[in-house]
Amino acid sequence: MNSMAKTVRIPTPLRKLTNNEEVVQVNAGTIGEAIAELQSRYPGIRERLVDDKGDVRRFVNVYVNEEDIRFLKNQQTPLQDGDEISIIPAIAGG
Amino acid sequence: MEKHSGYMQALRCRECGREYPLTATHVCEFDFGPLEVVYDYNRIKKSLTREVIQSRPKSMWRYRELLPVANGPTIGLEVGFTPLIKADRLAKRLGVREVWIKNDAVNYPTLSFKDRVVSVALSRARELGFDTVACASTGNLANSVAANAAAAGLKAYVFIPTDLESGKIINSLIYGANVIGIKGHYDEVNRLCAEIAGKFDWAFVNVNMRPYYAEGSKSMGYEIVEQLNWKVPKHTVVCMASGSLLTKIHKSYQEFIQLGLAPGTDYKIHGAQATGCSPISTAQKAGLDFFKPVKPDTIAKSLAIGTPADGFYALKVMKDTGGAAEDVSDDELRESIRLLAETEGIFAETAGGVTVGVARKLIASGAIPEEDSLVLCITGNGLKTLDAVSGHVGQPREIRPSLREFEALVAAEARPIKA
Repeated sequence: MNSMAKTVRIPTPLRKLTNNEEVVQVNAGTIGEAIAELQSRYPGIRERLVDDKGDVRRFVNVYVNEEDIRFLKNQQTPLQDGDEISIIPAIAGG
Repeated sequence: MEKHSGYMQALRCRECGREYPLTATHVCEFDFGPLEVVYDYNRIKKSLTREVIQSRPKSMWRYRELLPVANGPTIGLEVGFTPLIKADRLAKRLGVREVWIKNDAVNYPTLSFKDRVVSVALSRARELGFDTVACASTGNLANSVAANAAAAGLKAYVFIPTDLESGKIINSLIYGANVIGIKGHYDEVNRLCAEIAGKFDWAFVNVNMRPYYAEGSKSMGYEIVEQLNWKVPKHTVVCMASGSLLTKIHKSYQEFIQLGLAPGTDYKIHGAQATGCSPISTAQKAGLDFFKPVKPDTIAKSLAIGTPADGFYALKVMKDTGGAAEDVSDDELRESIRLLAETEGIFAETAGGVTVGVARKLIASGAIPEEDSLVLCITGNGLKTLDAVSGHVGQPREIRPSLREFEALVAAEARPIKA
């Protein structure tokens, strides 16, 4: 349990895959690894997040501690214990 | 599920085409693509003619078959049908043959185009049984949700960045809405609202109600075509925040052509952004079909969306129609607010300055030829963004109530008062 310290908040459209879990703990060292780890536990989740080329889908926004990973290192963004990851669909203007 | 759904058939993912029932949901479960309302155009074509439209009251709801409510509107019946002004004095200054201003700065009830989308979203929310409505907003949407919810007796939560113009904050508070200021920029407000929407069973107009909400923008385009005597304009310049309005103006023109309400014609839709938040125009100018998110830094706060949800589709519309994009600095947009005010007597908010400023650049560059006609979509009212121009419009010259002092002032200025 010592290293299972990164939290992923699962958005509503993906909760069918996570047995309705809203929050999942992962052990990964990067965002890319976190997606792989989610896939190993919740088969099918990877293709929802990532396209054929392996890039994060264009309507999926991923945040680490409230910062968009496109302002960090995308899937290479490193994760520290205690980090919070959010996966959010793009939203209309206002 | 309701018994009948008017002229709507389903929600469909714009990315993969998967269909969903007509509930309060906005994202494809498979690829997160945005969902869009599918209509029965064959049935609409049978009932919606120019004569039928013209027989109805002058509001956006005269096109109701093309707007996503099942049983007709219940909120915002008076919204829309704003003036389309022939702007000859502005045209002369811009160096182009003909300019029309679609003036949603005087939309009812909250003086921005957002009353269109809110009228649809709240009418639909009520149909779906919600008693609480909410939004993430750069200001205008919050004003409109707060006002229309108050008039309809719905509870409202509006989420805004704390650094908005005071006019926009007061214009939400006055209606008794729950106004939540978020210490961050709009993209952060948006992210938070997506998470709140997942937890609370509310109608978030631009989150779970987005497929319905966004369709309301089409009414601005329908009105432009009808007011131009059923012609689609050759050029339309639209400001871009998320890019949604631009895509919906395009859709409105396409629908009218498809339904035979306007003759088919080539037209170009041009996009306008502020340089301090220009992910879409930057991508368009570089010839890209994707954009890079930015951190906004502009006085055009209503356009300050660094991660524009409809950016991809806005780029596609400009590419498909042969439209261009440009952006203007804060100083340029301020000058353009003044230009519109001084030539046409219309005081637009910062976004309107962006639209006028970009039109000026596109005419200068030849993207809009000087012999052509164009429509400028003015989306909001300058009285709400006084902070942006305060200190840049001069001061009243003060005198005592004395004719002699006034005559002295006129003589000192040694020029006639501007006629």
